[in-house]
Amino acid sequence: MSLYTVQKLLYNLNRDARVRQRHADDFGDLLKEYDLSEEERRALVDGDIGLLYVMGVNGQILMHYAALLGYPWDDYIKSMREGLAKHGPVRHGLYLTTDGRGAV
Amino acid sequence: MPLVFAGVCSHAPGITGRAERADPELREDFYAAMRRLGGEIRAARPDALVIVAAEHFANFFMNNMPAYCMGMAERYEGPIEDPEWLGIAPRTYPGAPALSRRLIERIMVRIDLAYAEEWQFDHGIMVPLHFLLPEADLPVIPVNINCQGPPLTPLSRAYEFGRALREACDAVQERIAVVGTGGISHWPATPDSGKINEAWDRDFLDRWLANDPVRLTAYTDAETWREAGQGGFEIRTFIAVAGAAEGNLGELYFYAPIPIFAVGCTVARLRIQIPP
Repeated sequence: MSLYTVQKLLYNLNRDARVRQRHADDFGDLLKEYDLSEEERRALVDGDIGLLYVMGVNGQILMHYAALLGYPWDDYIKSMREGLAKHGPVRHGLYLTTDGRGAV
Repeated sequence: MPLVFAGVCSHAPGITGRAERADPELREDFYAAMRRLGGEIRAARPDALVIVAAEHFANFFMNNMPAYCMGMAERYEGPIEDPEWLGIAPRTYPGAPALSRRLIERIMVRIDLAYAEEWQFDHGIMVPLHFLLPEADLPVIPVNINCQGPPLTPLSRAYEFGRALREACDAVQERIAVVGTGGISHWPATPDSGKINEAWDRDFLDRWLANDPVRLTAYTDAETWREAGQGGFEIRTFIAVAGAAEGNLGELYFYAPIPIFAVGCTVARLRIQIPP
């Protein structure tokens, strides 16, 4: 398990057009360069925002990644809520939910 | 030349990205205050704008995270985010590398400051500049204070960084404006996005407008996280600007919670004496 590695991949995707192109062309090939658990790999391949949120990906990294994937704002918030319902509380980091009742 | 302007404003991506979902009257009042701040920066006739921001993993990651970093690039591009999502088209801002270097060398006397000759702007800088410098016609020098990945610099050091920035600005010939962007309380990028602790914000603003370094730096990070959310860590940018304008009182141009923007939208300045 390496939350750090997941976040490093998303950081690279968010900021580097060449990495984004590799994501578009052959994501599986790109993922070979990162030492990931099967759960992490699956969450990334599926673009599972809810599971990535529960894993503890920093919210700022995840928000930019959700935008990159084309998530409308409300769907992005909804995906995090669904992740909590399916996988339980956020496992690591600062971006825990409090009351879960935001503007959306 | 002494610092010619010191102000602060919010930078949340919803300000431009979800503009149409806010109350129109409140939104336009907020936008007007942002543009007023931009007009006053212009009126101070600066040669460069130093923007003290809290970036969001656009340039710095946990493999090599500086507590403080100043840009030293010839130009800066942004946004790194999807332009349609942010509501801001890609653009390039001119830098001032020679001036950056002189400021960095001077600040380094008091603060261990990193520098960067490459820097992509994210919403933390793009949103303020969208209103403050819509023509992108003034050199910009970005500063980042790590407010995202703990361990974070102590608040007292953020104030001290501001003092060092002021000393550096005073030591160069150019006229320099400084703007800080960040918080105040917010729980961004969580299911709570839109939650705002208005009482906490107003108490913080009281401390900032009074430019009281003791009260401004009295918070613990645990307290800030509990009462003001992850986004609350960004008060470091406001505190740095207070340090840069130490001894000067503030004026609040706008404060209102706008939940769909995910933050208590804030525009304020410190009334430093502008040299002729």
